[in-house]
Amino acid sequence: MSDPIRYFFKHQIHEIRDLPVTRTLLQHLREDLHCTGTKEGCAEGDCGACTVVTAELHQGQVRMKSVNACLQLLSSLDGKAIFTVEDLQQGQSLHPVQQAMVECHASQCGFCTPGFVMSLWDLYLRRTEDSAPLQRQDINQALSGNLCRCTGYRPIIDAAYRMEELPHQHFDAQPVTTALHQLEHGDTFCYTHQDQHFFAPRSLEALLALRQQYPDACLLAGGTDIGLWVTKQFRQLGHLIYLGQVAELRSLKADTHWLSIGAAVTLDDAYRALCNYYPAELGELQQRFASLPIRHAGTLGGNVANGSPIGDSMPWLIALGSQVILHGQQGERALALEDFYLGYQQKDLRPDEVVTAIRVPLPVSKQIFRTYKLTKRFDQDISAVCAAFCATLEDGRLHQVRIAFGGMAATPKRAAKTEAVLNQALWNEDSVLQAMQALAADYTPLSDMRASAEYRLQAAQNLLRRFWLETRPENPLSAHALQVSATESREQPV
Amino acid sequence: MSQTTKLSSATEQEWAEAGRPHPHESAVLHVCGSANYTDDLPELQGTLHAALGLSAQAHAVIGTMNLERVRQAPGVVAVFTAADFPGDNQCGPIIRDDPILATEKVHYAGQPVFAVVAHSHEQARRAARLADITYHPLPALLHAREADAAGSYVLPPMHLQRGDPEAALEQAPLRLRGQWQVGGQEQFYLEGQIAYAMPAEGEGMHVVCSTQHPSEMQHVIAHALGLASHAVRVECRRMGGGFGGKESQSALWAGVAALCAHHLRRPVKLRADRDDDMLVTGKRHDFHYDYDVGFNAGGRILAARIGMIARAGFSADLSGPVATRAVCHVDNAYYLSDVDIRAVCARTNTQSNTAFRGFGGPQGAILIEYVMDEIARQLGMDPLDVRKHNFYGRHDEEGRNITHYGQKVTDNVIHELVAELESSSDYRQRRTAIAAFNATSPVLKKGLALTPHKFGIAFNVTHLNQAGALVHVYLDGSVSVNHGGTEMGQGLHTKVAQVVAHELGIPLSAVRVSATDTGKIANTSATAASTGADLNGKAAQDAARQIRQRLAQLAANRFGGMPDQVRFHAGTVVCNEQRCSFQELVQQAYLARVQLWSDGFYATPDLHWDGKTMTGHPFSYYAYGAAVSEVIVDTLTGEWKLLRADILYDAGQSLNPAIDQGQIEGAFIQGMGWLTTEELVWNNQGKLTTHAPSTYKIPAISDCPADFRVKLFANCNVTDSIHRSKAVGEPPLLLPFSVFFAIRDAIASVSAHRRSPPLTAPATAESILRAIHAVQTAE
Repeated sequence: MSDPIRYFFKHQIHEIRDLPVTRTLLQHLREDLHCTGTKEGCAEGDCGACTVVTAELHQGQVRMKSVNACLQLLSSLDGKAIFTVEDLQQGQSLHPVQQAMVECHASQCGFCTPGFVMSLWDLYLRRTEDSAPLQRQDINQALSGNLCRCTGYRPIIDAAYRMEELPHQHFDAQPVTTALHQLEHGDTFCYTHQDQHFFAPRSLEALLALRQQYPDACLLAGGTDIGLWVTKQFRQLGHLIYLGQVAELRSLKADTHWLSIGAAVTLDDAYRALCNYYPAELGELQQRFASLPIRHAGTLGGNVANGSPIGDSMPWLIALGSQVILHGQQGERALALEDFYLGYQQKDLRPDEVVTAIRVPLPVSKQIFRTYKLTKRFDQDISAVCAAFCATLEDGRLHQVRIAFGGMAATPKRAAKTEAVLNQALWNEDSVLQAMQALAADYTPLSDMRASAEYRLQAAQNLLRRFWLETRPENPLSAHALQVSATESREQPV
Repeated sequence: MSQTTKLSSATEQEWAEAGRPHPHESAVLHVCGSANYTDDLPELQGTLHAALGLSAQAHAVIGTMNLERVRQAPGVVAVFTAADFPGDNQCGPIIRDDPILATEKVHYAGQPVFAVVAHSHEQARRAARLADITYHPLPALLHAREADAAGSYVLPPMHLQRGDPEAALEQAPLRLRGQWQVGGQEQFYLEGQIAYAMPAEGEGMHVVCSTQHPSEMQHVIAHALGLASHAVRVECRRMGGGFGGKESQSALWAGVAALCAHHLRRPVKLRADRDDDMLVTGKRHDFHYDYDVGFNAGGRILAARIGMIARAGFSADLSGPVATRAVCHVDNAYYLSDVDIRAVCARTNTQSNTAFRGFGGPQGAILIEYVMDEIARQLGMDPLDVRKHNFYGRHDEEGRNITHYGQKVTDNVIHELVAELESSSDYRQRRTAIAAFNATSPVLKKGLALTPHKFGIAFNVTHLNQAGALVHVYLDGSVSVNHGGTEMGQGLHTKVAQVVAHELGIPLSAVRVSATDTGKIANTSATAASTGADLNGKAAQDAARQIRQRLAQLAANRFGGMPDQVRFHAGTVVCNEQRCSFQELVQQAYLARVQLWSDGFYATPDLHWDGKTMTGHPFSYYAYGAAVSEVIVDTLTGEWKLLRADILYDAGQSLNPAIDQGQIEGAFIQGMGWLTTEELVWNNQGKLTTHAPSTYKIPAISDCPADFRVKLFANCNVTDSIHRSKAVGEPPLLLPFSVFFAIRDAIASVSAHRRSPPLTAPATAESILRAIHAVQTAE
């Protein structure tokens, strides 16, 4: 017996009974509902023309966030609310976000504009009376997933500042709160279309039972990768088990040694929590990990379980000595993350098991730790090389050296030979030069459209040098002296 | 050029809708999501959706083509191939060498081979992948130099010579020879290619299409279907970006949609998925150069021999005029006395490269800027001083004001403009500050560059410089305008509406521009070459002026006085010290049976061009500008960031300063992308591997510099252009040359500017690091 997909949109609850399980929200909006304000630019989460805002209940509170409609499966939106660009205007009067965009001449061809408006609205909703004045950094973050080919962005940035100067427009969350409570399920949601099931279990117990019953089912978290299997590859996915409603998987807990991040915690929430402990070390990666809508949807668990050789979380997770927590019929087991990856797209994961959490060690004294990502573009790009270095530095020598790279091998991989050179070594230029040599023996990277093998290796070696320059006992350099992204920009003239 | 030359009529002194920074006419619709693009229009009942099956091979004879699985796929209604065209399967804007669907051979990986029509877009796309096609591979030419070496061209080579370059090179005290290259660029309009074809009665066809060239789409469809042009109507209200990519290459999509609709007698929409769009359509031409330049110790160029290879791809498309524009812009802002310039369009087994903002102009001009940079490094001079030393002479400086193609430069403002920017940007002080920074910064290095541009405005092909418009005045005083130009975001409709409102002395809100439509204005030129406002603005002004003159005559008849003293101002008409509203006068005109609508026409005067000798007067005027960019480069990784950009641009008397600023900034960032992060990569099988935004990186929000200072240069067009304004679409794409050369400057600092960094474009982090490495190891 199939439940209908129910979601709240344009002041009412909609029920869906006859659409494919993998219908995307964007297809639904444009083709089924003829709400064409939301645009398709790429259908792979990279241009932001389809940005919408969703709302859901999390621990009784309404949480709203911008996401890419092209990657969201409609079935995963059961119990949620959807806001599109058509929702902002009240009668004849424009929302301050829209008004600011018009005043600042921030649209030219206009095709990307609805997406920008929704990303700015998401930012607007997060602003409170206590918020510090907007910084360029905040705006970059909010708009990191929106491409504009016409304006060069300056007027859109101006519009972000301008929206705050206009009379504030309050968002009344009451109707959506009421509706979301109405849409809540006590136990597993199950939607079926043409013998394909979509399950959204509410508890770990229910999840594990479903996993055992459907060992071939595809596990869906944020859908930032699986969405592409649907829209670009036309893969037949079979049954889907959605992790986003499993209470245990949505929790973030810290004890004295570990931060434990549930597998369904979004990348945005995960990195925010991580930056409480590692603000300098993970701050830049947080910004450039992916666009905000992708971080709002994707999960750290998904990034790890997917195990892509170019995923950006694994190098630093491995360097810190993080563990992946697996649950199956035989209970729980913890595995060092590097042991989880057996080979390209191969993992130490039994058919009845699911990744339930990632455990990240908290900082310890005398630890030096950095992670660096290299791409063609700062925002929303996939790494050519992603490096992570961790060690303890005592009396000028390195101990417990752990180095891992993404983009250098078929899996995220430790640099064993380099670590061996550096362990117990004096943290000086000689050691660095030796270690840079050793890196060439640790990896044989590939050439592809992102970078050549030669660049990958040379840049990896140079990142090791950067790590030394930043952490050496004598005269360490600040990030400002080492990374262009950390250089402070001049003030704009008045 | 005094202010009075501008004021050609009484109304202009008092009513100034032209020149105001009005928002884009669709701005409110844009921000509300209610501006309709082709895919947003409500679909007619029975609408079907098409998708294309693409070639997997770069060059091959098609063996067997088994489309049975495609036909049997869920939802499929029909499959069409080249054989199904009742008319001509060939398109191509100049030479008809471009098959809409492949026939016996495929010429590049991604070439459309068949079309499948299904009930939904998704069904059609799924079915398109089920074809079973066998290929007999042929040798494929994938690189421009390889094709050049093989003598593989789409057009005969071009040659321009002035003076005696051989002798001048021999006599020059200093010489520089070398090779260089710049990459191509994907247009990446946010709205992909799309056409929606709706059969009309009597074999007619109505096509709504995202295109910069509705008339050409009309002709292609008529040819393809074997119909007269009057049976085909093409319409475009707006595009979600064009940038040249929808000038000729919307034809394939329009042609296929029309073919399907013609056979099925049902509406058919063909919308490109992003990957298909990038795999099928052509891009900006990558250029490969050989140069040999003679100069003196002061850095002045005395002679140049330049060879340019443009990668045309598999067919001619617009490569001829692109190469011509490159030849005509190799001077940029500099006088080149004795030159020998050759350009070839290499035929390769890749997408057929096409128009992209600048249209070869940037590829011509950047070479001479590279040469300036090289000369400066060789002489140890500041590159700005070398540049200034080579500028065209002022209009009275005989000899040094004639371009290599023979046009006299009569509007040169580059000296004043660069002097103003040099001063306002603190160029010299920052040069010193940067040297100090670099001396103490071990890893990060800064660089600075100022580059100018001079860009010729008009189609090189003289006959394209014409436009038409229709202005309708309704009884309530509201006005509808239609013209031959298309709106792709550049604000053309806003500017044309301003011109009409200005002419009739009414507020802009009383004027509405309707969709471009081949049924209204016939035989239009593409909206291209930055001429949209120049041509269509003049045509609309002509139409509005005729109506105003009739109204003025009527007012003079009624109120006394002379018609040329009637003033139209803020919706009011003043005549012989009496006044009435514009609407009242219009109603009186109707009752008096005065024609309240008019056509208008414009043909740019004084243009001529001899394609054989490559000489003439191809341009109506020149648009000037300059930019200063400051960058910081990481010498360990090649990462870089633009810290500050200062721009001064000559828009003449701007029709709309806000829109012009938007065009300048947008072109700057777009051109910066071309020269830095936007890298097109084909694998050794000839398949484009960067066919989506996940792998092809156009600039994003963080790439916009925190300190971005853009100003319009106070000027007035010497030429009688529309309200003495100047074009702004393409020329500012040359401004980010300064970013590229600032990066090169930062790299050169690694060797205390003693070595010339071997940096080609795009300057990705990888190629920057390679250049740094080369400079370091040369030490």
